[in-house]
Amino acid sequence: MRFQIELEQHRKALIVRLKGELDHHTAEMLKARMEDAIGRDGTLNVVLSLKELSFMDSSGLGVILGRYRQIAAKGGKMVVCDVAPHLVRLFEMSGLFKIIAMAPSEQAALAGLEVAL
Amino acid sequence: MSGSVFRNAMTLQFPSRSENESFARVTVAAFVSQLDPTLDELTDIKTVVSEAVTNAIIHGYEGRQDGIITIRAEIDGETVRIEVEDAGKGIEDIEQARQPLYTSRPELERSGMGFTIIENFMDETEIISAPGKGTLIRMAKRIESRQEALFN
Repeated sequence: MRFQIELEQHRKALIVRLKGELDHHTAEMLKARMEDAIGRDGTLNVVLSLKELSFMDSSGLGVILGRYRQIAAKGGKMVVCDVAPHLVRLFEMSGLFKIIAMAPSEQAALAGLEVAL
Repeated sequence: MSGSVFRNAMTLQFPSRSENESFARVTVAAFVSQLDPTLDELTDIKTVVSEAVTNAIIHGYEGRQDGIITIRAEIDGETVRIEVEDAGKGIEDIEQARQPLYTSRPELERSGMGFTIIENFMDETEIISAPGKGTLIRMAKRIESRQEALFN
């Protein structure tokens, strides 16, 4: 399935919805789109929705870690939501959950960020 | 259960273009589907093929698109063996490459998790490599799911 990225600004949170397969080939495009959107003044936090992501490998972990560093450098947070069980394994293996929060849904992720503010 | 052991084999060869990462994992997964694996097992296979092919492209051929990557897959009873080979620059320190979070190319935003994922998802993993001689990754996994159905 073709890889697609949907961006939406919700107050100070940038919502990023991924669809299809995220690998080394498609990671480059994700990096460019997110780097630009996170760099904007209005973006303080990032919600990354993996609800419709059908595949991801370590290249995806790399680009997510990179964007986490970018938003953390701005003093913001990243929350990943709707993570399928096989992707949870990848996140756990890499230790990414130690620094990036996971939420069951986009709503929960946004609510969590509002409380944190 | 009686009768002969189910055997099959395939070979796939393609240039080291990143577009082929998806092609490679989908093709190997289709081949392995003959063993009627679970969705989880199939995802594991797709992921390890993706990791190994990505390694060959990024590290073996350093992004060059004209390198040749060869995948051999074999079904032997309920075991799947997969080899991913490149004729690229090879790995100097295999032990270091296997370490979780180690990457030789931090500037590329690599997670350094490729080999760790392969070793976790497969039952057996072997890395054969030498500088200038390319890299061969040999992996095996038992597909236990519905083996009996094949013979009944």
